[in-house]
Amino acid sequence: MHSNEYVQFFDGGVEPKLENLGGKGASLVTMTAAGMPVPPGFVVTTAQFDAFMEEAGITRHIHQLLAGLDPEDMGQVDKVSAAIREDICSRPVPQVLRELTITAYEALMSRFDAPVPVAVRSSATAEDLPDASFAGQQDTYLWLDGVKAVTEHIRQCWASLFTSRAIIYRLKNNIPNEGLSMAVVVQKMVNARVSGVAITMDPTNGDRSKITIDSSYGVGEMVVSGQVTPDNIMLDKVTLAVISEHLGDKHAELVPDAAAGRLVEREVDAERRGRRSLTDAELSAVAQMAKRAEKHYKCPQDIEWALDTDLPDGENLLLLQSRPETVHSSKPATHTAPQPVVSGGYFSGFSAGTLKPSV
Amino acid sequence: MSLKSFPKPSELPVPAGAEGWEKIYPYYLVFQDKLKEQEDAKFWFCDSQHWPTVYKPFETIGGEFAVKCLGQYNARHLMIPNANGIEFRVHLGYLYMSPIPVPEDQIAARVPLFEQRVGHYFQNWDQLLKQWHVKVKGTIDEMETISFPKLPDMVPMEDILSGKGKDGSEKLLESYDRLIQLAYQNWQYHFEFLNLGYIAYLDFFNFCKQVFPNIPDQSIATMVQGVDMELFRPDDELKQLAKLAVELQLQGHFGNTDDVDATLGAIAAAPGGERWMAQYEGAKDPWFNFTVGNGFYGHDKYWNEHQEIPLGYIADYIRRVDEGQEIMRPVEALIAERDRIIEEYRELLEGENQALFDAKRGLAATAYPYVENHNFYIEHWTMGVFWRKIRELSRMMHAEGFWTRPDDLLYLGRNEVRDALFDLVTGWGVGAKPIGPDFWPEEIERRRGIVDALKTARPAPALNTPPESITEPFTRMLWGITTEQVQQWLGAGEAVEGGGLRGMAASPGVVEGLARVVTDADQLSEVQQGEILVATVTAPSWGPIFGKIKATVTDIGGMMSHAAIVCREYGLPAVTGTGSASTTIKTGQRLRVDGTKGTVQILDALVPEAGEPELLAAGPGAHSHSHSHV
Repeated sequence: MHSNEYVQFFDGGVEPKLENLGGKGASLVTMTAAGMPVPPGFVVTTAQFDAFMEEAGITRHIHQLLAGLDPEDMGQVDKVSAAIREDICSRPVPQVLRELTITAYEALMSRFDAPVPVAVRSSATAEDLPDASFAGQQDTYLWLDGVKAVTEHIRQCWASLFTSRAIIYRLKNNIPNEGLSMAVVVQKMVNARVSGVAITMDPTNGDRSKITIDSSYGVGEMVVSGQVTPDNIMLDKVTLAVISEHLGDKHAELVPDAAAGRLVEREVDAERRGRRSLTDAELSAVAQMAKRAEKHYKCPQDIEWALDTDLPDGENLLLLQSRPETVHSSKPATHTAPQPVVSGGYFSGFSAGTLKPSV
Repeated sequence: MSLKSFPKPSELPVPAGAEGWEKIYPYYLVFQDKLKEQEDAKFWFCDSQHWPTVYKPFETIGGEFAVKCLGQYNARHLMIPNANGIEFRVHLGYLYMSPIPVPEDQIAARVPLFEQRVGHYFQNWDQLLKQWHVKVKGTIDEMETISFPKLPDMVPMEDILSGKGKDGSEKLLESYDRLIQLAYQNWQYHFEFLNLGYIAYLDFFNFCKQVFPNIPDQSIATMVQGVDMELFRPDDELKQLAKLAVELQLQGHFGNTDDVDATLGAIAAAPGGERWMAQYEGAKDPWFNFTVGNGFYGHDKYWNEHQEIPLGYIADYIRRVDEGQEIMRPVEALIAERDRIIEEYRELLEGENQALFDAKRGLAATAYPYVENHNFYIEHWTMGVFWRKIRELSRMMHAEGFWTRPDDLLYLGRNEVRDALFDLVTGWGVGAKPIGPDFWPEEIERRRGIVDALKTARPAPALNTPPESITEPFTRMLWGITTEQVQQWLGAGEAVEGGGLRGMAASPGVVEGLARVVTDADQLSEVQQGEILVATVTAPSWGPIFGKIKATVTDIGGMMSHAAIVCREYGLPAVTGTGSASTTIKTGQRLRVDGTKGTVQILDALVPEAGEPELLAAGPGAHSHSHSHV
């Protein structure tokens, strides 16, 4: 799969640049290059946004609308925001750019036996939007099927540069509107058979020679939110020997119902509950990936991972998120919020019944 | 909550035919009725790692010298602050041990003494160890000069002419005493560095457990273990001989290695055979001073006296070389993996802790190789010569009519042998018949019956009530006697999924294969390629077998037992200290051995028939829990 100025694949081998890919997109490319397997996908670069705006010829008009806005006048801000976003979403994307996006999407789909749903997310450069995690949560569109839905939501991500909140943020911080841009990430939806978290230490005592893994069936939401008791395994970080393991009850799992476009909860049968949700080889692969993430970020990490049903054994372990471990190491006074480096929280975006059918 | 207990000594049944067994051992080695209360209050564990088989009376010498000398270095030489030696008793033919702690109020006073003494050794390690080799070799050389010839019909004329004034019997008595003393001497030397090796290891061990809580023992062992050690030298010599035989195209002469003379004769006469024979002779001295056992039994076979054993191994290696197999150990890979492990743990530490890690690991890596290498010099070489001399003496007295089988001396205690010798020289001196030939054959038959009867029962893994936790480091490390292990023996440990056994995770890896239960070195020839070796205990001299098998499971032994060291060296999974693998598992059963977790599953276990007891219950099993009326 070939990257170009307007579309860059995670594994396309092109040096990631923040100004081209946005924070999220650059991070995904960096991680892929570092051997941390994020779900495959590509980035629609800021160059494509710039070319679109150039072609549409609306930049000057937008600047005029924004000029002299009073950040305290919420009614007026909302009105201007709605007008700009309507304008962006109604403009056609130039055919050349559209073709590039369609080709990239089809190349991604060709990796699987059958087409798989994707997520579309905005990937802003750091100073353009209030904060990455806020933006990530706002502009994440999940379970999208087909090229039409994908291109539609790419434009919605572009438009999100001009939400009321984003406009007010820039006004208050004196960030100029000139040079604003936005990249968009298109990424395979994870179809998790087994998922969980891994911390590259023993969180009970801060012992950095251990890796602690929680693992359960289905999508990881139920592990993160504590709705199931996962398997809990502690390994030695150096030799990957199992130090202790406790089988959790794992009574239920969330699995995607692609047809309905949402996650459904179902009961786990006794046989699957009674055994560990990871094989020895899978356990070792999760631990090695956590080690790589820690080495890459040079501090203890708290990762979210999943085994994807759509991918073959040996390539099916995916890293969904990696962030500095803070539970043990940060003191309350200097608490820093977890910084998502991958996706703004796959799990936090998922819960049963909250997903809307794709367009 | 009342603590679960092992049986008291008096509760163990005496096997039929073994009544009166106490009297075949010295009084100080058996539990005393008058001391019952004190002795029952102590926890004793069975050392079947070194003494898996019932002692014949003479054979207690190894246990007595070894455990006494171990203790003296803790309690009298090094003044180890928290550990004295280990008390020991023989019960129903097996050796039981009870570590002696130092009273709390004396520990502090021993610290400066300990530091001064240990400090001297660690600061002068190389020079003192060099001196050790000289002392030990000197002992062996002197032992070799001892002989036990038949007494002459009369004093030689030259002794008359020189006015010697002695009949030569004093030489016989002195030779026996000197042989015993020399064995005692090398057993003292044996522990001069062994305890230090363990101390350095344990210092690093405890540090690791502190900075990396729950770090697997296996990781610590790997970080200090030598990779290429003298213990493997005899086996390596055989491999080199096999490779040379292939190179010289001598394979055809290894068809019947049981006939040593014919085999060696044919090789010597073959083209290139001279070169091979020269290398063979070079390897023999000293590396064939190697026993198939562990040096503690009179029936041990030594390679240099049973050359069909090493020749058989060479033939097997030749076959494997011809099949294109790699017979040398993966030394480079093992070193690379060890270095990676050291570096990764080290990088987890910062500042002062990293400096401490380097210092403590460095000391352990200096001192620890002795723990692995000494074995050749004492258990194999010294004891090889010792048993050879004892057999010579036994045969001489057999010829004098003292007993009916050549090696029956082993049924006498070592001090009884002295009596028998005085009996012999008295009868000889006065020109009469000694009493022994009319006394010992019957008594030996009686004792043989007792020993054979004792052999029908396996020992209990331990006696009396265990302490709530077992912390004594030597006990834990060498014998694998941990709190968890004791609980497991008592059947209170965590059950293994699917039924099976739990032991020490002694060498990592998971394999499945067919079991081969070996309880005696003579059964080693039955072991087939790709089987899983299940044994009471293994000896390092079983080396060549480790190139054939997939994994090892033992009844007893810790992280630093021979099986554990050898398996890590060969890259084979090992589970040691299971308590009962050799009696629970049957040859031919399919096993799954997980040397990383320390579990053994029997995959095709027979389903017990209704009404029959569970066949696979872990723990000491039926031999030790039934109560008797002794």
